[in-house]
Amino acid sequence: MTIKTVKDAINDALVQSFEEDKNVILMGEDIAGGKGREQYQGTQDAWGGPFGVTQGLYTKFGGERVRDTTIAEAGFFGAAIGAAMTGLRPIVELMYVDFAGVCFDQMMNQAAKVRYMFGGKQKVPMVVRTVVGAGFRAGSEHSQTLYSLYTHIPGLKVVAPYDAYDAKGLLLSSIKDDDPVIFMEHKRLYMTSCEVPDDLKPIPLGKGRIRREGSDVTIIAIQRMNLFAEEAANELEKININCEIVDPRTYSPLDEELIFHSVKKTGKVIIVDESNPKCSLASEISSLISEKCFSDLKAGVIKITAPHTPVPFSPPMEDFYIPSTKKIIDAVKKLKDV
Amino acid sequence: MIEKEKVYWIYKKIFTIRFFEERIKKIAKEKIVPGYLHTCIGSEAICVGVMAALNQDDWISSTYRNHGHAIAKGCELNEITSEIYGRKTGICKGRGGSMHISDFSKGMLGSFGIVAAGPAVVLGAALQEKINKSNKTCVSFFGDGAIHNGAFHEAAGLAKLWDIPMIFVCENNGYAEATATDWHLNTKELSDITKAYDMLSYIGDGNNVFEVYDITKKAISEAKQKNTPIFLEFKNYRFSGQYEGDTQLYQPQEEIDKAKQNDPIKLAKENSSKYGLNENDLEKIINEAKADVDKAFDHADTQPWPQPEDALEEVYVNYPVEINT
Repeated sequence: MTIKTVKDAINDALVQSFEEDKNVILMGEDIAGGKGREQYQGTQDAWGGPFGVTQGLYTKFGGERVRDTTIAEAGFFGAAIGAAMTGLRPIVELMYVDFAGVCFDQMMNQAAKVRYMFGGKQKVPMVVRTVVGAGFRAGSEHSQTLYSLYTHIPGLKVVAPYDAYDAKGLLLSSIKDDDPVIFMEHKRLYMTSCEVPDDLKPIPLGKGRIRREGSDVTIIAIQRMNLFAEEAANELEKININCEIVDPRTYSPLDEELIFHSVKKTGKVIIVDESNPKCSLASEISSLISEKCFSDLKAGVIKITAPHTPVPFSPPMEDFYIPSTKKIIDAVKKLKDV
Repeated sequence: MIEKEKVYWIYKKIFTIRFFEERIKKIAKEKIVPGYLHTCIGSEAICVGVMAALNQDDWISSTYRNHGHAIAKGCELNEITSEIYGRKTGICKGRGGSMHISDFSKGMLGSFGIVAAGPAVVLGAALQEKINKSNKTCVSFFGDGAIHNGAFHEAAGLAKLWDIPMIFVCENNGYAEATATDWHLNTKELSDITKAYDMLSYIGDGNNVFEVYDITKKAISEAKQKNTPIFLEFKNYRFSGQYEGDTQLYQPQEEIDKAKQNDPIKLAKENSSKYGLNENDLEKIINEAKADVDKAFDHADTQPWPQPEDALEEVYVNYPVEINT
């Protein structure tokens, strides 16, 4: 048992996958860094992506399998699709999910659809690793989550781990998966850590996790929101309110059974999602609950999300934008009295 | 000199494509064929000439104007026709339609409805060939309209930067939808755009199947020898509209009349004796091609429709939750 950060756990999963399967390759912008300065010592593998997550892979596995690209997402995403169809297992890095727009066609119309529309003869085993999330003072174009953008598309799978344990286990699974997977890494979670067994087995996609058992209120928390849910639950425990925290972990497929089971138990639900509210994971999960568990509900589902605005830059505004522990506590108290 | 067997193959394919497209155009006027149809009358020599230089298991991508590529690449006529009719036994089980005729087992990575989606996908297949030290040829077909799209340029740039020996085949058929190529080009020649990538390019007569074959064969060999992508521009004329039902008001009659003098089928017939085919051979090939097309359309008429619930299949390789919720 070792304590690992999310960042290191992801790097471990990549290294392990590279070692297990020679068909695994990695492409992205500055996933190594230093291309074109090979003649100078110490320039290679200088970045490992903007957060250093892939550092060391270029040195370990070489430039044939660890490919720095030009700033041409449509080009290398398309290439990942062709490479996946013909036998490789490419992982591509979308530096920030906010750049989804410049290569969305490749994911929405090609990666997601070739299996279906060409008669089920081919598969596209590729993974898009991308960085999401606010709280980095990174402004409107480097801070979104956009979970629901990809979840909406049939043919794609969407994974968003909270802790290092899930990050490693789910990435191992995603790379072995035969369908295209969007693997979302939250920039504010990279340096958080927990125990991760060295021999951790892949965690199947579509299995959520109960992070805390409780009987009074169900809090469904998406990715980083688990942190605030946990803080809120600790506070509320002091006044004898027991919260159950459900972390779905994967959004397509979604572990509906786990969610419904908890809703049946508590009858009171709060969904916490860092995304904008319209057509979000929060609204999707809320709609599923009202459809399937209406008679179990003791109160209307409460959604705690960001407002319907872009992510603002200035700290007071950005902090206001992100759902908070206080908002969760207030919502739970409100439900408790129902 | 091309061997007799290949000459026969070329003629059989070129006539089959023309007859197939003429037949589907006629049927579309007589009865309802579901969906959009984009026929390739005028492109036959490019489809057949390029494919004559490939092996069955080489990789290609095509577009929504794909019937000719699919026939030349060896897809089953019965399955192509059944797919256009939306039947369960179609080449894509009725989930693709005319715009997406593609058979992976015949080396087709896909027929994409999005202009310029193909080049990057083929780049990936070629990258895989390079990494696995394999040698399959990788060709992307696209039209002149695609060369303004960013996805084409991104693929071209990476192909050159990574020394990928893929072949870009641009069918310059004079029109991007209803817009004339001579209006939309910013350069004198279409293939001048490859100068930005320092990429080798060759221009050929897309109406002459043997010229297309010859240029493609040499380009494949040069690309592999030099480890570089090569861009081929074949000039032809799109006799078909953008889609069936297009009024084609933007295509002047005198332009069409002039283009007819260089119709690829006319040229192929005129050249037949030069390649060792006599009148009898030609007649035999024509009759065989007609019979094959007739049979395929008769076959498609008898094929079953898919069940509505078949729509739920093969979205994923593996999905643990029911897809209908």
